[in-house]
Amino acid sequence: MPKKVTVYSTPTCPYCTRAKQFLTDNRIAFDNVDVSVDTGRAEEMIQKSGQMGVPVLDIDGEIIVGFDRERIQRALGLT
Amino acid sequence: MLDLIIIGAGPAGITAAIYAARKKMNFVIISRDVGGQTAWSGGVENYTGYQFIPGIELVAKFEEHMKTFAVPLHEGESVQELMRQRDMFVVRTDKTEYQARTVIVASGKQSRELGVPGEKEFRNKGLTYCATCDGPLFANKDVAVIGGGNSALDAALQLMRIARRVYLINIAAELTGDSAIAEKLKNASNVAIYNNARITSVNGAQMVAGITVQKAALVDFLPVQGVFVEIGLIPSAEFIRDVRKNEYGEIMVNCKSETDVPGLFAAGDVTDVPAKQIIVAAGEGAKAALSAFHYVAIHSF
Repeated sequence: MPKKVTVYSTPTCPYCTRAKQFLTDNRIAFDNVDVSVDTGRAEEMIQKSGQMGVPVLDIDGEIIVGFDRERIQRALGLT
Repeated sequence: MLDLIIIGAGPAGITAAIYAARKKMNFVIISRDVGGQTAWSGGVENYTGYQFIPGIELVAKFEEHMKTFAVPLHEGESVQELMRQRDMFVVRTDKTEYQARTVIVASGKQSRELGVPGEKEFRNKGLTYCATCDGPLFANKDVAVIGGGNSALDAALQLMRIARRVYLINIAAELTGDSAIAEKLKNASNVAIYNNARITSVNGAQMVAGITVQKAALVDFLPVQGVFVEIGLIPSAEFIRDVRKNEYGEIMVNCKSETDVPGLFAAGDVTDVPAKQIIVAAGEGAKAALSAFHYVAIHSF
């Protein structure tokens, strides 16, 4: 059963681009939430992560702030 | 023992890596991120061959070019210390230690911090150094931009279209950035400019709830949910002490990208080279790699 992955991002943030690229390179499907247009989902991201920086990744409920490659790998069981 | 360690993977570091790879040097490239400041810049209109390209796409091109060689890129690793020991260098990072005959410092610049109470606690909790990235999260909120130069004015211009109210906190008597943008901000109904004003603290509980600002003897509390720090950049060279730097903390290099330490080279925005441009940094990176190659070749290690 693949893990459910959501990426909260803005189109202009380089670490968001890198995080999404990393997932794509590893053939991980994800939902991308553009928080610059969806204020409701932006609020959801702030609630989940307790902060306002992007990107935020939700991997089956594990919240990862920023493009933290090692934590993402561990959460996805890629290592 | 490596021939070369490149610190930084912006235009200078990546170009140095391409040259080092083509010279078949035994090297690694260590960097916190890929692209450096170029990744954060919106549009680039002066890189030869591209009339317009978003910064992040130019970085992708650089990386794609670098990856045509088997370049060992150690991303997400941060250099803590660089020391010279007899005829080699030791580079200690947050993960491990490396030894090499030569080093190219191409670590660029980073955002200058405010140094006021609350800055560290509220980082990413309303306080940010990247208006381009995080600006959209402050729709219909009240925000403060700290600074008066071009990057501060750009941030304020962007935010005035998103946020409800924008306070521009400028330490000087007048805004120093582009006058056309300054005019736009002065005429905007939702922008308030505080000249001769200094931020003294960032306040809040979980998230930013306001800042205190001092103007002469007056102290004001501004209720804002966002603080955008745009007070310029400092060279990322704190990990190396024993090298000649100028008054701005930039590493001094000659026309061969040599520092005053034999075997230690530097390139790009971390150096005192005057034009802080992507294309200049790339060219300097090429030069530094050729100098490092030459240095290894003429020494019989």
